[in-house]
Amino acid sequence: MTAYIMCFILFLVGLYGVITRRNLVKIAVSMSIMEISTFLFFALLGYIDGGVAPIVDPADPVQTYVDPLPQALVLTAIVIGLATTSMMMAIIIRLYRKYGTFDIREIKNLKG
Amino acid sequence: MKGMTLIVKKSTQLIAGIIFMYGIYVIVHGHLTPGGGFAGGVIIAGSLILVTLAYGGEFLKLVKEEAGTTIIESMATIMVIMIATAGFFFGTKIFFNNFLPRGVVAQLISAGVIPLYNIFVGTEVAASIFIIFLSLVIFKEESPQ
Amino acid sequence: MELSISIIIGLMILGALYAIHAKDLLSSVIACGIVGYSLVICFLLLKAPDLAIVQIVVDTITLIIMVAVVLDSSREESYSKLDTKGYISAATGILMIVVLLYFFAISVQSLDVLGTSSLRMANYYIEGAAQKTGSANLVTGVVFDFRGYDTMGEAVVLVTAVLGVLTILRLKGKK
Repeated sequence: MTAYIMCFILFLVGLYGVITRRNLVKIAVSMSIMEISTFLFFALLGYIDGGVAPIVDPADPVQTYVDPLPQALVLTAIVIGLATTSMMMAIIIRLYRKYGTFDIREIKNLKG
Repeated sequence: MKGMTLIVKKSTQLIAGIIFMYGIYVIVHGHLTPGGGFAGGVIIAGSLILVTLAYGGEFLKLVKEEAGTTIIESMATIMVIMIATAGFFFGTKIFFNNFLPRGVVAQLISAGVIPLYNIFVGTEVAASIFIIFLSLVIFKEESPQ
Repeated sequence: MELSISIIIGLMILGALYAIHAKDLLSSVIACGIVGYSLVICFLLLKAPDLAIVQIVVDTITLIIMVAVVLDSSREESYSKLDTKGYISAATGILMIVVLLYFFAISVQSLDVLGTSSLRMANYYIEGAAQKTGSANLVTGVVFDFRGYDTMGEAVVLVTAVLGVLTILRLKGKK
């Protein structure tokens, strides 16, 4: 139970970073931390004590494997997380080239 | 974008081909060992990014690379959807039917249509990540400083 | 097992706290990369080798893209004093954290202890997957045969993200 609560505290650290930081790169880093905590929570759900990795060896069948379903969900989600982070970084580069600053309050005051 | 020093160039000459072959190995053996389409795809993209970073922008003729890579990515996505639709016509009428013979577990040619899925999904993931990186490099080169 | 995972998550929390409070942007980005690499150790302890391979390469590529954004700019966070808007956002953040933590602590009581399976479909997937799909790697069998729609959706999302990035970073139009 402690592992679940600490995983959620990592999510809350990322959420605090998104709410209170004013620099665009810090906001993107905090969103990446929130995604990492979600992957960890899914992998924690599927763990079984005394289980082995889910690869079947026909010469030596094992009784208990770790649950493969949460691993399948996280496998897709990691690659999609890379795509969204790179899209955020593309928008940040464009904003920096146009306004010259990373600060969101100054960008809001400038208005093109 | 300038390339890097001579030590980095010589090291990538030794290593980049081995990483590419390892990526192809992880894709093709996706139904036997840990890995599969996604892991092999990002490894291949990693080796291509290594070659681009070490040798700089002028070496690769970047805009032509980008045009060719978008064609490869679109073709791979179309092949994934076509294999899924082809399962509709053989056997029972459900989408994503695994219609090739299954064979013995843990041989190289087994598991029906899954190795074909692995190859096309791996190609598509590698092409996507390489395109994202290439458009970043082209943007930095062509924007006026 | 629960003790070692909790210690590693504790170190990840310290790294994340440094990443959002660092003054230099390059240090903050590198700390985010280190949190991602610690996740690889957690995946290896939780017996998931597929995820460890994908996460280690994806985190390296994310680090490369973030450093490419940060390097040709002024690498400092311009820090000004806390004014009223800063106090309001900090108070909102702490209020949300307390409320969410309370509700999570209530709802996590219904989960079993770490180690026993919480999901009901696990036995069905493990017993039938090797014979029904024919692949020795159960995760590949689940991803490509039992849940093929998720893989198709992921392929479409990747193509859409590439289209978005190509449109945003385009400089010259067609003549």
